Amino acid sequence: MSLDASLTGGGLPELATVYWRPRATDRSLTRAGRLWTLTTIAHTVPFIVAATLLIALNPVTIPVALMALAHAWIIPELYASRAAGVLRRRAPAGAEAEQVALGLLGDLIDTAPRELHAGTGLVMERGQLGVWLVGEAGAVLARPGGRRVHCCCVKVTERELPSSDRIAHLLLALREDEAGFATVANLAFSGAVWRLRRRLPADMRPALSAAAEAARAPGRHLAAVGADRHHAPSGAVAG
Amino acid sequence: MSRLIRMDRTGHTTVAEWTAEDGPAVEAAVAAFRAELDQGYYAVISRGEGLAEQVRQLPIDASLVILRRPIAGG
Repeated sequence: MSLDASLTGGGLPELATVYWRPRATDRSLTRAGRLWTLTTIAHTVPFIVAATLLIALNPVTIPVALMALAHAWIIPELYASRAAGVLRRRAPAGAEAEQVALGLLGDLIDTAPRELHAGTGLVMERGQLGVWLVGEAGAVLARPGGRRVHCCCVKVTERELPSSDRIAHLLLALREDEAGFATVANLAFSGAVWRLRRRLPADMRPALSAAAEAARAPGRHLAAVGADRHHAPSGAVAG
Repeated sequence: MSRLIRMDRTGHTTVAEWTAEDGPAVEAAVAAFRAELDQGYYAVISRGEGLAEQVRQLPIDASLVILRRPIAGG
C-alpha cells in the first residue's frame, strides 16, 4: 500500500473530485483527531459547567441542570452513533451474486482476514496510516497505538452491487493509494475505540478489537493481510 | 489464461480472456478493455502484499485485471 502514489503519478483518479482537499498524511490525521477531541470538549464542557452552576446557584434549577447534563451526554453519543453507521451493512443483492462476489473478495485477501470477514462482514487491511477495517460503505482506521479510530464515509458510486463487491471496490482503492483513499473519504468521526465499540453491532466488535490490537502491535498481527495470489507483472500493450 | 473481469450486480462478469500468444484474443481483450474504460470503469491489478495498481493499458501478462467503479465520500 502506497502513501506516495501521487508522487509517482499513480494516485487515485477519484482525487480529482476532491481537488480542494489537501492530501491526507499521518500528521493531518493526527491533527484531525485532536480537533475532533477539542470539538467534543467544546460541545460537552459548557453544558456540564452550566449544570454545575445552576445547581450551585439554586437547587430549584436541578431539572434544567439535568437537561444540560443530558445534552452533554447525548451529543458525543450521537457522534459515536454516526461513526458506527459507516460500517452498517446494506441490503444484500441476490444470493448467487453475493456468492460470486464473495469468491472474488476471498481471492483478494488472505486466510485470516477472510475468516474475520466471514464472522464480522468487515475486511481488515494493514496500511501505513494504521489498520483499516473496510465495510460496504465506509472504513474505520485504527491509528497506531490502537486507541483512536477515524471513521470514514466512502463508498462505490454504483448502488446495486453485492456486498462483497462493495468491499472489494474500497479495498482495491485503498491498496492503490492509501493516502488518496483517506483524502477522498469523508471523516465522520474521530475518537476513542471504546466509543465506537459500544455503538457497533455485537458481531462486528471482534473486528474492531482485532484492528485495535493490530494497531497496537504493528507487524505482529495479520502480517499477511493483503497477500495475493494474483500478482502479475505488467507487460502493457496499447489499451 | 488471463482474465479481464468487471465487478457488477452479478458479482462479476468476465469481459475477456486471453493468452499472450493468442493475438486475436489479445486484440479483442484490448478493445473490450478500452470500451470498459470509456464506460467509466477503472482497471486495477493486484501487486501482492496489499498493493494494487491502476492501469490505463491492458497488461497482457497479468493473470487478472479487475474493473471497478469510482468511489466517493459518502
